[in-house]
Amino acid sequence: MQNELKVVSNATCTFCGCVCDDIELTVEGTHITKAKNACVLGKAWFLNHQGGDGPAARIRGKESTVEEAVEEAARILVNARFPIIYGLSDTTCEAQRIAVAIADWVGASVDTTTSVCHGPSGMAFQGVGEITCSLGEVRNRADLVIFWGSNPAESHPRHWGRYSTMPKGLFVPNGRKDRTVVLVDVRRTKSAPAADIFLQIKPRKDFEVLWMLRALVKGIPIQESDLADTGVTLEQLQNLVDKMKACKFGVLFFGMGLSMTRGKHLNVEAALALARDLNAFTRFYANPMRGHGNVTGADNVVSWQTGYPFGVNLGRGYPRFNPGEFTTTDTLARKEADAAMIIASDPMGNFSQEAREHLQGIPFIALDTKETSTTRAAAVSFTTATYGINVPGTVYRMDDVPIPLRPAFESPYPSDEKILHALEKKVLQLLREKLQAAN
Amino acid sequence: MSITFIKGGKVYDPVNGVNGEIRDIWIKDGKIIPPPVDPAESPQKVIDATGRIIMPGGVDMHCHIAGPKVNLARKMRPEDKRHAPHVSRTSLTRSGTIGSVPSTFATGYLYAGLGYTTAFDAAVPPLSARHAHEELQDTPIIDKGFFLLLGNNHYALQQIAANDPEKLRSFTSWLLESAKGYAIKLVNPGGVEVWKSGGAKICEIDEDIGHFKCTPRQIIKGLSQTAMDIGLPHPVHIHCNNLGIPGNWRTTLSTMDALEGRRAHLTHIQFHSYGGEPDDQGKFCSKVQELSDFVNSHPEVTVDVGQVLFGETTSMTGDGPLGYYLHKVTGRKWTSADTEMEAGCGIVPMVYKEKSFVNALQWAIGLEWYLLVKDPWQIAMSTDHPNGGSFLAYPEIIQLLMDRNYRREVLKRVHPRVLERSCLKDLDREYTLNEIAIITRAGPARMLGLKNKGHLGVGADGDITIYNESSNILAMFELPFMVIKYGKVVVEKSEIRLQVPGNTLHVSPSFDDGLVGDIRKWFESYYTIQFENYPVTADYLSGGGTMIPCSKK
Repeated sequence: MQNELKVVSNATCTFCGCVCDDIELTVEGTHITKAKNACVLGKAWFLNHQGGDGPAARIRGKESTVEEAVEEAARILVNARFPIIYGLSDTTCEAQRIAVAIADWVGASVDTTTSVCHGPSGMAFQGVGEITCSLGEVRNRADLVIFWGSNPAESHPRHWGRYSTMPKGLFVPNGRKDRTVVLVDVRRTKSAPAADIFLQIKPRKDFEVLWMLRALVKGIPIQESDLADTGVTLEQLQNLVDKMKACKFGVLFFGMGLSMTRGKHLNVEAALALARDLNAFTRFYANPMRGHGNVTGADNVVSWQTGYPFGVNLGRGYPRFNPGEFTTTDTLARKEADAAMIIASDPMGNFSQEAREHLQGIPFIALDTKETSTTRAAAVSFTTATYGINVPGTVYRMDDVPIPLRPAFESPYPSDEKILHALEKKVLQLLREKLQAAN
Repeated sequence: MSITFIKGGKVYDPVNGVNGEIRDIWIKDGKIIPPPVDPAESPQKVIDATGRIIMPGGVDMHCHIAGPKVNLARKMRPEDKRHAPHVSRTSLTRSGTIGSVPSTFATGYLYAGLGYTTAFDAAVPPLSARHAHEELQDTPIIDKGFFLLLGNNHYALQQIAANDPEKLRSFTSWLLESAKGYAIKLVNPGGVEVWKSGGAKICEIDEDIGHFKCTPRQIIKGLSQTAMDIGLPHPVHIHCNNLGIPGNWRTTLSTMDALEGRRAHLTHIQFHSYGGEPDDQGKFCSKVQELSDFVNSHPEVTVDVGQVLFGETTSMTGDGPLGYYLHKVTGRKWTSADTEMEAGCGIVPMVYKEKSFVNALQWAIGLEWYLLVKDPWQIAMSTDHPNGGSFLAYPEIIQLLMDRNYRREVLKRVHPRVLERSCLKDLDREYTLNEIAIITRAGPARMLGLKNKGHLGVGADGDITIYNESSNILAMFELPFMVIKYGKVVVEKSEIRLQVPGNTLHVSPSFDDGLVGDIRKWFESYYTIQFENYPVTADYLSGGGTMIPCSKK
């Protein structure tokens, strides 16, 4: 069969939180043969894409129709006393919205991979607020760019070129030449050579260094001894503070090196407070470096539907928020959930042993584009089409900018949205029947 | 085909001159029709409204209910919801949180439950329009839309500085069409850009805003004219410079002057009516008299109030420097979120206290506005939800306006210096039900240019609120007997009976295609998303959307 050749312009890469939407895809039938403008990660995402080859649905390992699997999945959720719905960061907002609806109807916990990446950043935000901006503000104005606990060279390869250090902008017409780039990390990563200043701090000393920076910004005297064991000198910090106060537009991008190391939300609180304090002198911003392609969308959808960003429980018929209680790893490790639905995530591959053991022992549903350790252990599993490659919809870039998807070709598998839509209908039907039976 | 017949209610329909008369209302396929003469056209539903009051569905023309800053406020404030009432899931409806910034489904239900059937978010950066639309799709029952932030948009500023009204008009039209927005919103025109560029603040409307080489006055003139030239249903919607700063009434008056007779809406005017000096709280006083004199002699100008109510709430604004100011004043947590080429944003938790002189005077200033504007068609009820308070406080405001004894009771409780600095104690005016109907639905609908809303004439949308007639004004307006949306009963006895999606209202002005190339060139030089990925497609419109036509020039 002759494969039809087509070009998809302005396609969006959902591999990481950069959500670059300038990709030009060359598509031959069901293969993407070129992904112009994509970075090494994006190229791998598009060019190595292989849709699943298994059945569209399985019930306890046996192939089934999608309809049967939807029915069984609905039964599991409706009959559970404490179901949880988890994942969501690698699917469209359209699918996320239905997933939260299902959580509402069955009284589940709904939680996203935010709880294992920038959840602490979300909590820090609740403590002090956040001075943030869209990435184009950085592109057009930033003359001081700091990365802290983040290694964009490997995790977000186009961040520098598209948004933060290289591009020429309205008030930084010479691009990189107009900017000072600072990297703070516990080891010399591949990002270090690109920075003008690299500060290597000792592991688990982020909070201390950030807090000392805050003090210096406020003019509170610091002794060299206060910095013992941090790996940096007073001169280095004072130099950085001078630069932060003197810049016209500074931004601190922070990664999981801050949010997921000792101190967690306290580290991020210190970073957010530092950026906030600097606004007494200049404009200064702090932005998280988000990982998954639509984890930012997940935060937004869960927030607008429930009022809280992640770790939400709907068991009492209304939303309650408590990270640590309603976050999935914790709920599973305490053996509280009795059913689950995992969407576009692989907790069997990356959760703690206690959490995995409990998940394995309860009936759960998994939706993924390919077979994973999670789909293999699921009572009901669906193979779904890949967002951005096969499925249209909306995703949110790490800076909350919503971007549409332009799929390359159709998948033989249904989308998450389609499965979840059918599942919501079925759940509502079963709930009605249950209610009638009770009456 | 479905006919609903509402029998024997006491109707307040100010647009059609019906002031508390017993009338029957017929609705067919969502629209109000004349009484059918063909006996075959018998109603599927008959509602006995005997002893009840009928008004068109309420219209909130200025609130913050959807989009990035609203959602940031939700994310930032879990403590605001922890002890607040919540909305429980039913077999028909979704659950939600309330607090000062309700979640989306809760927002739709609460508005409908209050007898409001239309609401507009007042400040959306065009780059986030897609986000606002997604939230509006999840805000059921009510019709809705939003205003686009334009007063600090770089391309607009360039055209204003270059005095190129043609390009400004094409750009504005293109932007409204791309974002599926409804009206032009100015927020601290020029001042947000000054803040984003590292400057302090704009003090006067003739001050140059730096890089862009124009003044707030030019922005106000340029965009008020643009709104009229395009024939937008709603004129330019202005949040003046210097919000909240003592002495800002002069800026507000200069803004009114700058309009030079053009149509405009000045929003949350309460926050812009302060006498005194910026650094001396002791001289803080009301300047409503002076400003309302202007409004009373300029029928082309309308206002909404932005009433302050006592209690905890959240301030959220497209006015970035205001967020910083409030953070400094309150010492509380602060979120700011700037959007490339377009806008700013500030969010700070707020408490308005009866015993605070400043807060109590703000409360009094809002009420002075309602009572000093002579023509109720020029003033709309608002709390600038959630800035002055929640929209859930509208019944409380109605009671304050309709009952001067109640008003005076509250006045006794608040900080005593308010008696000297405000004329509220001397104002005897009490609103009638007809006037309430004007400032809560008929007036805002007219200001918005919504010809099918805010009235009950033939052809109007079948959006109707039925209240139990009662001397207890608060109870009457808090718990409508029934709310009807497009002819269908959506609320009865305080319960949601039917969940309809509600339509997103937007404009779709035509523009000169020849100028899009220039916009594109600018866009591609500075934005971080692709030009082709910027416009919002029609599938993001709630209920399929309703396009409100622009009038011909």
